[in-house]
Amino acid sequence: MNFWLVLTVNSVTFGGLLFLLSAGFSLIFGLMRIPNLTHGSLFMLGAYFGATLLTGVFGVKLNFWVAAILAALGVAMIGALIERLLLRRLPGDALAQVLVTLGLSFIAADLCLMVWGGDPINVETPPWLGGFMRLGSVAFPNYRLAIIVIAVVFAIGLWMLLERTRLGAMIRAGVDDPDMARVVGIRVSQLFTIVFALGAALAAFAGIIGGPILSVYPGIDQDMLPLALVVVILGGTGSLLGSFVGSIIVGFIYNFGQALLPELAYFVLFLPMLLVLIFRPQGLFGRQLP
Amino acid sequence: MSERAMTSNQTKILAVLAALVAVAIVVPNTNSFLILLATRALAFSILVMSLDILLGYTGLASLGQAAYLGVGAYLTAILATKYQFGLGYDFWLVLLFGIMVGGALAAVFGLLAIRASGVYFLMITLALGQCVWGLAYRWNSLTGGDNGINLRQRPKFGAIDLSNEVAFFFLVFVIFCISLGLMYTLVRSPFGRSLAGIRERELRMKILGYNTWLHKYIAFIIAGAFGGLSGVLWAHTAGIVSPINIELTNSVDALLMAVLGGAGTLVGGVIGSFIVFGLREYLSTLVPWWQYVLGIIYVLTILFLPTGLMGIPERIRQRRARNGNAGKPKQLAPAATS
Repeated sequence: MNFWLVLTVNSVTFGGLLFLLSAGFSLIFGLMRIPNLTHGSLFMLGAYFGATLLTGVFGVKLNFWVAAILAALGVAMIGALIERLLLRRLPGDALAQVLVTLGLSFIAADLCLMVWGGDPINVETPPWLGGFMRLGSVAFPNYRLAIIVIAVVFAIGLWMLLERTRLGAMIRAGVDDPDMARVVGIRVSQLFTIVFALGAALAAFAGIIGGPILSVYPGIDQDMLPLALVVVILGGTGSLLGSFVGSIIVGFIYNFGQALLPELAYFVLFLPMLLVLIFRPQGLFGRQLP
Repeated sequence: MSERAMTSNQTKILAVLAALVAVAIVVPNTNSFLILLATRALAFSILVMSLDILLGYTGLASLGQAAYLGVGAYLTAILATKYQFGLGYDFWLVLLFGIMVGGALAAVFGLLAIRASGVYFLMITLALGQCVWGLAYRWNSLTGGDNGINLRQRPKFGAIDLSNEVAFFFLVFVIFCISLGLMYTLVRSPFGRSLAGIRERELRMKILGYNTWLHKYIAFIIAGAFGGLSGVLWAHTAGIVSPINIELTNSVDALLMAVLGGAGTLVGGVIGSFIVFGLREYLSTLVPWWQYVLGIIYVLTILFLPTGLMGIPERIRQRRARNGNAGKPKQLAPAATS
């Protein structure tokens, strides 16, 4: 019984992290019509930046949350630059844009390997979240519960942003029909940069707050990217609700798969994706993009 | 006009044949390091060309092509180490099995992937490729997990011992030439022409009555079969098969080699493969940050040379023509298909 409870909490936690990672991925995909294959690298960069800020730069050790926010801002800048300087040069050529994001992810992976070396870096849990919460005979790590809370807060925040603000309305219009959005005077190309930076910041934030659980290591980018892809294929592109539900599903399958069928863990991860592709190619909550 | 096109086409074929003969003469007389390098590049080229059938001729960018190399290579390694099969004359059977297993995997994956187009196709093939990678990485009892499988020996039949690197080079070379010939015939056939039609405008082909889904599906299976073939050769070339062979990086390498050389040219992919394998070996002896150089080459190629190296003569000709008759209306360039 306890085993199942712990596994369930772990699954929801991992799902929460995946949501932070894939929400931006899904929005970028919805708006710009390309899978941003640097997303795993942005996650990794966020984690490495955060870990460095935490261990101290010039002898100054930063608070966990300050470090997380600074890392996210730094990576948001990088994301905006990628969009402005590179993707902007290849308008309408989806394949070229995807290949450029891939080339960049290789460069980023080598850069991280050179700067931070090949050994995994452990990120310490913030001290006041270090303990456990007891519920009967089961103990849940506070930090994992905190991640769930953070993910829910972000989900609500993003939903408010998209549904209740002017910017959100413009983004939704851009996702639904970029040409029509342009015609009515929305500067869609500016939205591209904003959404790309926002997605990068979310991915980087996920990277650093996931640090205490996953640690940071070379190759984490390639571990996370396919998960984000599966979430988006499951949930449907450009849909926040889709990313949320997809992330929770993938979180459960990933953790239960690891525990019950370790040899086939990655394989079962892709099964629900295949089912969705067969029966509902646009994803559970997606609309067919024009 | 068409006569001139015909002769230029014959010139191209002659140039490729001359280059192949040159490779066959020069490479065996170099040192063993270069022979191995050329063997690796040739074995991998078959995968790159198979991808080019999809990317360059059908307009489908697959990001999971390494999966087919992977199943072919794992099949070879498992048969050789667990059953001692494929180390004598039965090696030819393994080649056949490799082709079949690659084609069979593509037949399954194609059912899922061909429904999608554009970037969705790319994402689905990427995810399917990772699926195979996950199996190889985790299925310890069969694949040896992260460590992979070591092949202790290469096949030996009759008087031919493939552990001799020159003999093995010639085996790979001959199979490479046959593959190139087969794929060239394929893309020049009516079937290949309809693939190009699908690439240019699928809707029109549908309206003309072509079953475009079936065309794409068959192309996908053929590409998978050649991928399996390259896997069998790769297993014996490298002597080890591990999840690294199926990693996303490997699929991307294949894709970028095809783009670097020039998609839709077949030979372009071979040139791209030789350049990347060569650069990788050469740069790694020079500088520790050689991998960025490759990453940067990829990005620059896509930004500034979208038609690849094979597209350069055409671009120069166009620029000359534009400068020569600036007043005349611009003539549309023919699609670079041959």
